[in-house]
Amino acid sequence: MVELKNKMTNNENHINKSSSQFAGETNNATDKNSVFLTKNFNLWYGDHHALKDINLDIKENEVTAIIGPSGCGKSTYIKALNRMVELVPIVKTNGEINYRGRNILDSSYEVEELRTRVGMVFQKPNPFPKSIYDNIAYGPRIHGIKNKKILDEIVEKSLRGAAIWDEVKDRLNQNAYGLSGGQQQRICIARCLAIEPDVILMDEPTSALDPISTLKVEELVQELKDNYSIIIVTHNMQQAARISDKTAFFLNGEVVEFDNTDKIFSTPRDQRTEDYISGRFG
Amino acid sequence: MASQGLGREHSVQDLIAKSRDKKGKRFVEKLMPIVLVTIALISVLTTVGILFTLIFETFEFFQRVSITDYLFGTEWLPFSGSEPLFGVLPLVLGTLKIAVIAACVAVPLGIAAAIYLSEYATDKTRRIIKPVLEVLAGVPTIVYGFFALTFVTPMLQELIPSLKIFNALSPGIVVGIMILPMIASLSEDAMSSVPNSIREGALALGATKLEVSLKVVLPAALSGIIASVVLAVSRAIGETMIVSLAGGATPTFDLNVTGSIQTMTAYIVQVSSGDAGYGTTIYYSIYAVGFTLFIFTLIMNLLAQYISKRFREEY
Repeated sequence: MVELKNKMTNNENHINKSSSQFAGETNNATDKNSVFLTKNFNLWYGDHHALKDINLDIKENEVTAIIGPSGCGKSTYIKALNRMVELVPIVKTNGEINYRGRNILDSSYEVEELRTRVGMVFQKPNPFPKSIYDNIAYGPRIHGIKNKKILDEIVEKSLRGAAIWDEVKDRLNQNAYGLSGGQQQRICIARCLAIEPDVILMDEPTSALDPISTLKVEELVQELKDNYSIIIVTHNMQQAARISDKTAFFLNGEVVEFDNTDKIFSTPRDQRTEDYISGRFG
Repeated sequence: MASQGLGREHSVQDLIAKSRDKKGKRFVEKLMPIVLVTIALISVLTTVGILFTLIFETFEFFQRVSITDYLFGTEWLPFSGSEPLFGVLPLVLGTLKIAVIAACVAVPLGIAAAIYLSEYATDKTRRIIKPVLEVLAGVPTIVYGFFALTFVTPMLQELIPSLKIFNALSPGIVVGIMILPMIASLSEDAMSSVPNSIREGALALGATKLEVSLKVVLPAALSGIIASVVLAVSRAIGETMIVSLAGGATPTFDLNVTGSIQTMTAYIVQVSSGDAGYGTTIYYSIYAVGFTLFIFTLIMNLLAQYISKRFREEY
């Protein structure tokens, strides 16, 4: 992807060709439904204004990458989408985050219901200190699925979905902590898939993994895109370029630019975006 | 080079070299391990000494009373003039009654308190409640004993009219209250050390706080919790003053908890504070009972260690 972009900048024809592609994609995008429509969203940690007037329209069945330097608020934003950010007691918010048309910041919105629909994969793999099977079955179980046969099916399907079935099928009863970091992260993804969410939030899911595991997770994200909407926070700009359809660039708590990934990485509108992706800061 | 810019005559390295040359420092360095080993040995040797005395006197006791009569006898009548009976089972049973009642009180309450403190309480609440719990652990047991005898027993007698003034129930409950802070505090430590990332993983799946506490945190901290329970029960077994004051002095071999009992510890108190002459069988019997008690608490402590190692869930 990066190589392709270098070629594009060197070759006029390519640029013209690809900009027509961009136009086509943008048209497609407007046809898609919004999963998360954020309007004038503000967030404070105590007195620190961490997110300022965020407006973002995230579409379904796409991979949306959120990039930006450390402390820019990208993790805070993604954690606001499933209200995990509320675990920090001093957080205050205003504005709207509409998930499928309903404002999740509404006090009547049940947070457990939201998190059942919006799954999350964390930066550091965090399997439960249980067997692989119990890790995957945990979600379905707390939501009332007790039937052993159905659970078996869910576990297999989720592990296959997370491309780890073949590696663990013979040791489903062993503790998940016996697996490597990359395997643990795919277990966490499988755990998330087990309740068949609508959206998967990924908070720097590969930052603790080696390159090969990273590649596996990235391939997985591409496959999951057909059935899920994925929002991924990443430090790694190449990763954003490789796997995402849309990219949002955050800086100091603001969205500087949000557009098709190809556009952001080839012809960004804002100078700050260009400075960041060309490695001049951050 | 090193002194450059410091504006001093000596470089830091020179100063270090100078102080290193002092003889005293080296001597202290060499002496300290010897001093420390000596101090450590004092406590080890004391323990060995106590154990040795215990074994020696117990051996003497078994010269006079057959070991099978002691271990399997169901009647403990050491003071019955011509033919004293030394069957330890009534004392063991009395001790177990106290331990079981105490555990029934302390385990649910202690774990509930630990869940509240670790999962629900705000920092502020925790900062107030934990010290209060620890004060409870610092109350002298004699005070608990009077509390059992003069407050809990009369209260229970309102509910259970057949309850004797000396009984197993009241001191059992009070021993439970005594070991509760220990279970609560140690279990809270075990639960607090479960990493937050695991809680977040469960919350992100739509789990409620209770589901996270009971199905993720509690199992993850189980080894620590069980170890705390075993340690606390071993304290209940060794508890003396409460049962001496409120439990009575009637070794009985039945499962009744409303009547007077005698525990191993209470028997030792009874004999030690009485006038059993040196060299009598009764005198030696307290060593045998003490040794039995020691075996019990030793097993409990080893069990606690084994459990916390064996069932430690890695995270």
